[in-house]
Amino acid sequence: MSQTETEIHAPSTTQAPKTHELKPEPSQLGFMRPDHSKSVIMDWLTTVDHKKIGIMYGAIALFFLLVGGFEALIIRTQLAFPENDLISAQRYNQLFTMHGTTMIFLAIMPLNAAFFNFLVPLQIGARDVAFPRINSFSLWAFVAGAIVINFGWVLQALQVMGLFEASGPTAGMTDLAPAMGWFGYAPLTGTNFTGAGTDFWIMGLQILGIASLSAAMNFVVTIVNMRAPGMKMMRMPVFTWMTLVVSLLIVFAFPAITIALGQLMFDRCFGTNFFVVAGGGQPILWQHLFWIFGHPEVYILVLPAMGIISEILPVFSKKPLFGYSIVVFSGAVIGFLGFAVWSHHMFTTGLGKVATAAFSLLTMAIAVPTGVKIFNWIGTLWGGRVRFSAPMIFSLGFVWMFMMGGFSGIMHSSAPADAQQQDSYFVIAHFHYVAIGGIFLAVVAGIYFWLPKMIGKMWKGNLSTWVAIFSTVGLNVTFFPMHFLGLLGMPRRTHTYLEGFGWETYNLVCTIGAYILAFGILLLVVDIIRCFRNGEPAGNDPWDARTLEWATTSPPQVYNFAKTPIIPARDALWEDKYGPENRKITHEDDHGHGIHMPSQSWMPFIAALGFIPVGLGMSLMQAGVPYMGYVAIFGLLVLGLGIALWAIEGPGGYHMHPEVDAA
Amino acid sequence: MSDTEHQEDGHGSLVINNKKLLMWLFLGSDCMFFGTLISTHLIYRKLYPESYDPLLVFDLELTSGSTFILLMSSVLMALAVSAMHKGELKSFRLTTIGVIFCGLIFLACQVYEFAHFTNEGLTLSTNTFGSTFYMMTGTHGVHVAIGVFWLICLYFYSYTGKMDAHESAVDVEVAGLYWHFVDIVWIIIFTAVYLIEYIPGLR
Ligand code: HEM
Ligand SMILES: [Cu+2]
Repeated sequence: MSQTETEIHAPSTTQAPKTHELKPEPSQLGFMRPDHSKSVIMDWLTTVDHKKIGIMYGAIALFFLLVGGFEALIIRTQLAFPENDLISAQRYNQLFTMHGTTMIFLAIMPLNAAFFNFLVPLQIGARDVAFPRINSFSLWAFVAGAIVINFGWVLQALQVMGLFEASGPTAGMTDLAPAMGWFGYAPLTGTNFTGAGTDFWIMGLQILGIASLSAAMNFVVTIVNMRAPGMKMMRMPVFTWMTLVVSLLIVFAFPAITIALGQLMFDRCFGTNFFVVAGGGQPILWQHLFWIFGHPEVYILVLPAMGIISEILPVFSKKPLFGYSIVVFSGAVIGFLGFAVWSHHMFTTGLGKVATAAFSLLTMAIAVPTGVKIFNWIGTLWGGRVRFSAPMIFSLGFVWMFMMGGFSGIMHSSAPADAQQQDSYFVIAHFHYVAIGGIFLAVVAGIYFWLPKMIGKMWKGNLSTWVAIFSTVGLNVTFFPMHFLGLLGMPRRTHTYLEGFGWETYNLVCTIGAYILAFGILLLVVDIIRCFRNGEPAGNDPWDARTLEWATTSPPQVYNFAKTPIIPARDALWEDKYGPENRKITHEDDHGHGIHMPSQSWMPFIAALGFIPVGLGMSLMQAGVPYMGYVAIFGLLVLGLGIALWAIEGPGGYHMHPEVDAA
Repeated sequence: MSDTEHQEDGHGSLVINNKKLLMWLFLGSDCMFFGTLISTHLIYRKLYPESYDPLLVFDLELTSGSTFILLMSSVLMALAVSAMHKGELKSFRLTTIGVIFCGLIFLACQVYEFAHFTNEGLTLSTNTFGSTFYMMTGTHGVHVAIGVFWLICLYFYSYTGKMDAHESAVDVEVAGLYWHFVDIVWIIIFTAVYLIEYIPGLR
């Protein structure tokens, strides 16, 4: 491709170009490929467009955020007063288990995935991800996993309504929702303690793991290989960098939980002894395997949030990110060290002096790169022309609130201190500060920042300020008192407590805070819907932003960029707007070839659907329901068939010819 | 899965082929899978040295033989890749059949071994040794089986006339990467699970 014939264009005036579009060709199977112009539902089910996939991830994740939030409200209401009996102990256990699992795997991870999908190809100037059909497969596998995990709730609801009864062939189906905590410690997960819920949880998590792994590998390949010419690694936006780090974390951390879940499934279904104490199994092994995954997982959750913040702060302070390379490097260091600190979740299990000291030190060490980032963000703000728009307000909230969570994290890192805090409400306070004060606020900042790009409409009014006020106040009122509760000795995961320990007031305050926070989230949903319904056209670059995704139209066309941009510098769009002549974005000439677009496909959707019978079948087989083994095999066949047809149909593709009027 | 949707866009940063990079990532991940399985086995072995004597069931001649066959299949696999690069379909088919054949022999040995062990009273649920041993070697066997199936698909695909020295050579190379990896993992399992039991001082 010749790079001599280039043209300069002014990004903010680019109109949505007209396109000639060729119909997709028939696949090698002889069928027509799904035609996206026929029906909207079919279009979304078969789409391979990273932007639509991202939006679906986001919508589903927001739904589960509300579900998880609802579960939390019931928990908090139960705890509002001592000896409250709103729900039974068993139901309480189910609720906190599903709350944790839902928030981590079905709300935060997919919210991050929504941003990965929508933004990464745009930020690196690519047409799509490297493997668009695998991307679609990841989305639908995630949906299948979510259904399997939540299936117990559905059955339980049917049971309450009298439509389902555990008797006859289904007599083994007790304990329909998982109730052993989000980290599923052995031996609680053994067949003699818990029932079908645990199986749904195991199978569901296993499927979600496959979804995450395939998505992560896809993103590594995309970021390494699909960058536009000139987009060197050290010119990439920080968000893309953090996506790369997180994807690598997923690739290397998820296998531990996959194998652990496999061993657990074998214990339950086929009588192995991995975690069965009577057979010589060691419950502590589960703890190690879980946290070898679990600690990297918390950074899988938070690094994208740090990426979002590193994008927003420079735009709203009109300054480049302070110490770009240090921010990138410390992100990578956090990811790397994240693999070496898992035992700080197990200080009280008696690891031995050397191990405890080592993990204690490493945990303290991980606070260093985290602190470095915080100083860099403050440095970015320093002397900048700060605009207090919603994304900025939430980002500033993030920096402060995340720091609070970091402080209690460092308190945990000291093993003797942690012995007092372990399994108390202090830990709950810690991770909710990093999760809500950190990740949630960052994600909301991201939503307010990129929603105009995603749907082409600008939110308006100052409801967003109220969202910020309610959620930040709510979060602090809920979780700050939990520090005291923990230090006063209130253990986590107890469904009620007696009067007279001095816990009553704090608990009541926490519950009130939870409702304030919930109201804030409700306002957020209202604001998003308002933006969809009557937002004004956003324009390509409403924030006077810096990175490449703002150079294309809002919402971007299917092909993202009419011509492949050539990137001369970091902060490409900013340089293009205000930089010297030699730093303007130029474009590759396609010599009339047009843009090669991947064809849509049913196969990833069908293959991923196969996971539902696999998951449900295996779980119910364990509960002794007849014929369920065949259901699982049927699911495997669907999965295999889907993949086989997927390979045979071939990638296909068609060409589009957007006509850009060169300005 | 042959997604090559975007290869032809020829972006400037393409250093290593998309599919190959994807396979490398998968293998990196797979290292962690096997790492977890093998360490589980070794941990329990160390924890309960007296609980079971594997030498009661192990048959070193048989396992060494099947290991050797799997190793030789890697040589054939390398030949198949190079044949495909030169576009020599005939020798590609010949060597691929060889790999498939070796893979099947290995699997047969494993089936025989499992049946034999079970007859001797070692099952999944006998003790932790049974659990870790079967799950680890079984996972490896599944990997071999998938590889054999994949190669059979490639073999028949070579008769459709759609194979060329460019795109298909990459496909074969990716399959080759996978196959070599599965071999290497077996060498590790063979050493850490079988051979180690024969070192007197270590038990
Ligand atoms: C400065 C950085 C951090 C340090 C030093 C740190 C340290 C710790 C320690 C030592 C524990 C164990 C406490 C115990 O169980 O007694 C812990 C728990 C936890 N941390 Fe952090 N942490 C940090 C940041 C984060 C971040 C960024 C996240 C997530 C986004 C996070 C999420 C969690 C979670 C979820 C738990 C509790 C898991 C559970 O027991 O259910 N932490 N942290
Ligand atoms: Cu941790």
